[in-house]
Amino acid sequence: MEIKRSAIAGTLESSDAQVLIEPAAEGVEIDLVSSVMNQYGRQIRQVVLETLERLDIKNVHVSVTDKGALDCTLKARVEAAAFRAVDQMNDIPWGGAVR
Amino acid sequence: MNENKKRLRRSMMFMNCQRPGLIKDAYIYRPDSIMFDLEDAVSINQKDAARYSLYHTLREVDYQGIERVVRINGLDTEFWKEDVRVCVAGGADAIRIAKTERADDVRQVEAAVEAAEKEFNRPAGSTLLMAAIESARGVMNALEICEASDRLFGIALSGGDYTKDLQTTMSKSGIEMMGARHLLIIAARAAGVQCFDTVYLDLDDMDGFRREVEMDKQLGFDGKSIINPRQIEIVHQVYTPTEREIIFAEKVVHEIEDKRSKGIGVFVVDGRMIDIAFYDGAIKTLAMARAAGVYE
Repeated sequence: MEIKRSAIAGTLESSDAQVLIEPAAEGVEIDLVSSVMNQYGRQIRQVVLETLERLDIKNVHVSVTDKGALDCTLKARVEAAAFRAVDQMNDIPWGGAVR
Repeated sequence: MNENKKRLRRSMMFMNCQRPGLIKDAYIYRPDSIMFDLEDAVSINQKDAARYSLYHTLREVDYQGIERVVRINGLDTEFWKEDVRVCVAGGADAIRIAKTERADDVRQVEAAVEAAEKEFNRPAGSTLLMAAIESARGVMNALEICEASDRLFGIALSGGDYTKDLQTTMSKSGIEMMGARHLLIIAARAAGVQCFDTVYLDLDDMDGFRREVEMDKQLGFDGKSIINPRQIEIVHQVYTPTEREIIFAEKVVHEIEDKRSKGIGVFVVDGRMIDIAFYDGAIKTLAMARAAGVYE
């Protein structure tokens, strides 16, 4: 998946995360701010990375503001932002790249 | 037939799919069913995001046996087909069709569900349907809606849109919805499916809520749509048979089975004339008591 434009998903409510995805020239860069950074920072970063890998996104800048989101919410927000960034609203690969 | 078609559904609690904080642990409140909402609660520019939350919630959160129903967007929107795909892919137990007005609405969704079950390798027939009736036309076509699909387990009155269509408003007494309530229950019973009453919006009036649930039970509804965990206990209390009702139901079942073998059709239990017509009701009372944990 090639990120063509910036897109955002999620909120700053408790148990949620806001994810901003932007095109990048080369590689994956993640900026993370979390209310539970000390306990879960590494795990959050890992979930974001794995989600990007499943979506086959190789060049991207991701900014995550986490408010204590579960892994399933983090995945959902990264996916929503990614598919918005490529203007795909239908025929989502449920159970494939999204899983 | 899908064995879940007749399961107990006293309380069906709406949960907004747009808010992960709400849906991640809604099972702790123990409603009989959770209705994940992709429709009215989700703003128009968040329909896509709500689906990803729904998908992962369905796949990854253990709802501990609570039924997972998803209210999809109306057939007059651009959203409902993708809604069906995510519901089936996620393994939802059932789909609630919004604004159902005719049998063809149910058949359209049924066809989309069949296609999705094939696409996502889900067992054929595993996704049940229910229809929300939200208009005068829907009420008048209730029977054909109830009979439109073997997957359809029930219908529900949706009071907000229905009273708008009637050109009135929802009142405390609910008198404006009485005609619809009666017609929907009659249609549902004629078709052998379940029937659910609309939500009660005033969360500060729990006495009024209890009175409405008692009325629903007396009218014949199988359960009620609810909007807040605080409403669950009252619904379950009202729908839990009393000790007297349980003892009577036990006697009815026992006596009908006993008398049947002796060729006797009509007899008296505790001063009341009983025949085979009471059998299903007594069985249902015992099932409700069992589900409520007051009878083994």
